[in-house]
Amino acid sequence: MIVNGITVSPPADPRVSLLDLLREELHLPGTKKGCNQGACGACTVLVDGERILSCLALAVQYEGREITTIEGLGAPGALHPLQAAFVEHDGFQCGYCTPGQICSAVAMVEEVRRGVPSHVTADLAAEELLLTPEELRERMSGNLCRCGAHNGIVAAITEFAEAGR
Amino acid sequence: MTPFRYTRAVAAGDALRQGGQAGARYLGGGTNLVDLMRETIERPEALVDVTGLFHAIEETADGGLLIGAAATNTAVAEHALVRRRYPLLSRAIVAGASAQIRNMATVGGNLLQRTRCTYFYDNEGSRCNKRRPGEGCDAIGGFNRIHAILGASADCVATHPSDMCVALAALDATVHLGSTRGDRRLPLTDLHRLPGDRPDVETMLEPGELITAIELPPLPLAARSTYRKVRDRASYAFALVSVAAALEVTDGRVRDVRLALGGVAHKPWRAWKAEEALRGQPATEEAFTAAALAELADALPLKDNGFKIELARRTMVAVLGELAGAGA
Amino acid sequence: MSMLEDAKQAAKGMAQQAVGKAIQLAPDSWMPGGRPDPLIREQHGQIGRPVSRIDGPLKVGGQARYAAEFALDGMVYAALAYSTIARGRILAIDTKAAEAVPGVVLVMTHENAPRMNKVPLFLTDQKAAGGVDLPIFQDPEVHWNGQPVAAVLAETQEQADHARSLLRITYEEVPAITSFAGAKAKGKHPGVFMGNPLNIRIGDAEEALAAAPFRVDQAYETPRHSHNAIELHACTVAWEGDRLRVHDASQLVAHTAWSLAQVFGMEESQVHVSSPFVGGGFGGKCLWNHQVIAAAASKLVDRPVRLTLSREGVYRVVGGRTSTEQRVAIGASADGTFEALIHTGTVAMSPHNQLPEPFILPAMSVYGANAFKLEVDVAYMDMLANTFMRAPGEAVGTFGLECAIDELAEAIGMDPIDLRLKNEPDKDPVTGAPFSIREVEKMWRDGAERFGWSDRAPVASRREGEWRIGTGVAGGTYPYYRMPGGAARITLRQDGHATIDIAAHDMGMGTATAQTQVAADRLGLPMDAITFNYGDSTLPGVVLAGGSQQTASIGASVIAAHRLLVKELLQLAGNDSPLAGLSVEEVGGLDNGLASLADPLRHETYASILTRAQRGTLVVEGTPPPPLETMHWSMHSHSALFCEVGVNAVTGEVRVRRFLGSFDCGRILNPKTAASQFRGGIIMGLGMALMEETQFDERKGRIMNPSLAEYHLPVHMDVPEIDVIWTDVPDPHAPMGAHGVGEIGITGVGAAVANAIYNATGRRVRDLPITLDKLL
Repeated sequence: MIVNGITVSPPADPRVSLLDLLREELHLPGTKKGCNQGACGACTVLVDGERILSCLALAVQYEGREITTIEGLGAPGALHPLQAAFVEHDGFQCGYCTPGQICSAVAMVEEVRRGVPSHVTADLAAEELLLTPEELRERMSGNLCRCGAHNGIVAAITEFAEAGR
Repeated sequence: MTPFRYTRAVAAGDALRQGGQAGARYLGGGTNLVDLMRETIERPEALVDVTGLFHAIEETADGGLLIGAAATNTAVAEHALVRRRYPLLSRAIVAGASAQIRNMATVGGNLLQRTRCTYFYDNEGSRCNKRRPGEGCDAIGGFNRIHAILGASADCVATHPSDMCVALAALDATVHLGSTRGDRRLPLTDLHRLPGDRPDVETMLEPGELITAIELPPLPLAARSTYRKVRDRASYAFALVSVAAALEVTDGRVRDVRLALGGVAHKPWRAWKAEEALRGQPATEEAFTAAALAELADALPLKDNGFKIELARRTMVAVLGELAGAGA
Repeated sequence: MSMLEDAKQAAKGMAQQAVGKAIQLAPDSWMPGGRPDPLIREQHGQIGRPVSRIDGPLKVGGQARYAAEFALDGMVYAALAYSTIARGRILAIDTKAAEAVPGVVLVMTHENAPRMNKVPLFLTDQKAAGGVDLPIFQDPEVHWNGQPVAAVLAETQEQADHARSLLRITYEEVPAITSFAGAKAKGKHPGVFMGNPLNIRIGDAEEALAAAPFRVDQAYETPRHSHNAIELHACTVAWEGDRLRVHDASQLVAHTAWSLAQVFGMEESQVHVSSPFVGGGFGGKCLWNHQVIAAAASKLVDRPVRLTLSREGVYRVVGGRTSTEQRVAIGASADGTFEALIHTGTVAMSPHNQLPEPFILPAMSVYGANAFKLEVDVAYMDMLANTFMRAPGEAVGTFGLECAIDELAEAIGMDPIDLRLKNEPDKDPVTGAPFSIREVEKMWRDGAERFGWSDRAPVASRREGEWRIGTGVAGGTYPYYRMPGGAARITLRQDGHATIDIAAHDMGMGTATAQTQVAADRLGLPMDAITFNYGDSTLPGVVLAGGSQQTASIGASVIAAHRLLVKELLQLAGNDSPLAGLSVEEVGGLDNGLASLADPLRHETYASILTRAQRGTLVVEGTPPPPLETMHWSMHSHSALFCEVGVNAVTGEVRVRRFLGSFDCGRILNPKTAASQFRGGIIMGLGMALMEETQFDERKGRIMNPSLAEYHLPVHMDVPEIDVIWTDVPDPHAPMGAHGVGEIGITGVGAAVANAIYNATGRRVRDLPITLDKLL
């Protein structure tokens, strides 16, 4: 599989989750372990551009796929625009759910462009979806934040999404 | 997690041969199975990854839809034909879990989700007849706010957690099954079992059988359908009660209806009695209420979940009213 | 702001820069007769600016390293097994199958663990950090359902987890007290908090209540809560000879180092605990069993150990907020004056900790009354030690108190804000001490205006489709604390760079950012010439990140060090300096150096002073005076909370539509990070109001929802845009005029939501959380 542009081998032990492969074997701990049970979203990474939970993903299942983690989006000094927007809008406090929020949001904006409906989409037949605050909040609800940075997260994602339109 | 062998099936026959071996389980997106393996509630010796098979979502000759079992939840929810012809299915799927999980989870895996009963999950500290048949059920005298009001037994009061299945139950979906012994089909409403005295046996699947597809029949009334989910927070929570419904009203009377409930039973609960009570009746709140009450007549509350009876009634009436209003 | 005004501002800024003005040094005490910290008045520096977090790029880039992210050579992974009984003893642990798992290097139980002392219980000594006053792996006794009973070490986490699942543990169970009713039947005990009995009697409150023309007398209940920081509790530990190195997720590194030294019979200096990044704390990231188990196991195998608790493990090992049963009774005269204020009740508590959830704290300071009866009793249960969680006492105490006031306002027919202001005390109602600052009226008026409170509709009168709409208010409060033990070191380099070292913490509160701003203003340096080091037990100070006291503790410590620094600088400057002859009281920091307060042109840079003195660095360490300010003044923060909810008439679902918090917390150092603290507290309060409950099965004393799927935290969809405003009036008796703002946010929120729900529906719900079944 390819992680942030680098080819890596899947683990020998099929029990290893994609999350643990990243954190423990590839030393990319930017992807976070918050529950290891698919309930918090901190481990969100992009697989071929789509957001998934790496804690529920057996790494062996992702052979041949392209994985992007927070480290692959941008780094201090060369931040991804959404990363920079998170800093500007104070979209975090402790920073632990942050990589998952950011990865999730990058893919979420694409989902809206693609027209994937959400629980709050009024018209399923609509050709084009608008990223209203309500749509944004519903679509980001798989990423928990205990510090309560929700308003800043929404502001950061809104700025990023509008800049990309 | 107990050690296991992992293989990725490249063809259906290959999958069925491997999946037919003792101790083998099919693996979809892993969103439920991997979690349960980590809890050591599930301990398969081998996993046969079937995510590479049966992705397609295709129209059938009779105007229905055939959904490959490995299609992701997102792929189904966003499919144009699903959105247009079976909106309640799209709505049910996007009411469930989170976008990340829906991107991973497959249709087949969603059907085989196991309960969220917290005593079932407490592998080491609580008794559960699902995990160890015969040892007893700690949920019956414990926290059972999220548990079943319909079809439960003295051995198990768990609920089925899927949203998607509730919509499928309402849609008269058929499950396509394959095994080395041959293929067969089951109505979705017959796939899941009520707990009875064997709550550990949750479906009618036979050993080694693989869900290969879901077939939706053509159902014009489903174009006017919806799914309403009631839960403890605004998103990313399992249903306390959910209602999937499709309604056709002609001249103020219910010509046809499909109704199913989630969060109330060990299986997605097709509301046959309510449907029966409604057909031909005036599309009024009184009739909707009477139908809902007919369905809930056998409901039995536990210590904490009596509210679900009232909640299910109100939600059914509201959903039917909404659909009737939309058609007026 | 218009372009013209922009230009004016810019010109003004330039003029100020040209002239400049040094800022006087702060006094090292804020005692009566002393003078306030001059930074209180400073309007042109970094303080008060919405500076983005200095550690922001690291966090958003995934480069910040948390406790479980230090990979050490030869490290093994740990997994814990937990008891499934509440009380009894371990008869046997069959470890054979586990030990046979490839990769397993150790199974540690009470039978082979090294002999260790008990962890000193928090609050029993200045540096005591323990959450539970029980031995760890020293005997077969089981004291709570979920107690760690075995640890497995293996080469990989997968191996350790699997081996752990193969342990077979048998117990001899003995009767346990696992129900609250059973515990109360065994007898209640008086609550004592930080040495003070939680029992206040002023006048005869019951008699005054009975005689009052208006009264409420109601019971309120709050359930157990869990902190649920998203970062799992974790540590990476290694023995380096006779020294113990701990990478921890901690809000008390110095306490932890000292306490671990007691456990292993070592010198404090032999234990090094660091915690540069903490993925949320809220009172939970303290010293629990897991760090001790990791260190003990590491000692046995002589290899570094990583121990990350599973999410279930966090619930089993780390205590949470306990449940409360409260009675609030208020008697009032016709004009609303409180004749009697009664707040009493019982909390569940384990016998092995020190926190009888002190829910009467708000009633001790917020309102005046002619008679008080305030009392917390405890009932002991066999359960994991309950502990401090964001605003212990106030978070749940304000629920009962502020709901009762709402009920009383309705009974009298008064506006609930007017009723609160009617009972504004002019001095501390219990101690009689003067208030250090109290802008409560402004806080309420500003909040009411911004929220549009005057538009409030009568009970159960607003409806939009299926949604009943209502608004409600409540007050919140949290004290100003400054604990003894602060100390800070300043290292000034010849190139004019200053490093501040203090064993404080930044779990996301923005400590490092705000304190860098403060230091920049004090020293007259740009922010990028300052490094703020924290989160390391080898640094000076014993600074708990708790009680919202860090801001004051760090502020006072840096003030003390700064005075020493300036004193030494003036000595070094000598007679050849423009500063010659000036005393510490006559100079201040300005433009990378010191300047005369009277004549800013008498100025010399730090670089110049140190170069001339041929000093590469100047290092000073200061210790602030004891926190006497809290003995002379009654020091509190307050909030006025305004909430609008929708309650679904069909399903009972509640949605918070609008929320405003108006705060009186002294001077705000950084509006960006402070606003996040306020909002964060409010959102945790929304969770408490509507969905949070740690389900404790009283049959077995076991927590049944140890999971983020079944313990509901608010998700994005539950969180509306939250408006926050503040008075920004400095407290003259606090460093920088500031109060800590980490805990005030959660207080009062439960009541504001409950009161809004009442306004929407006419239903009073007096037990949290207000789930939909209570509104059907």
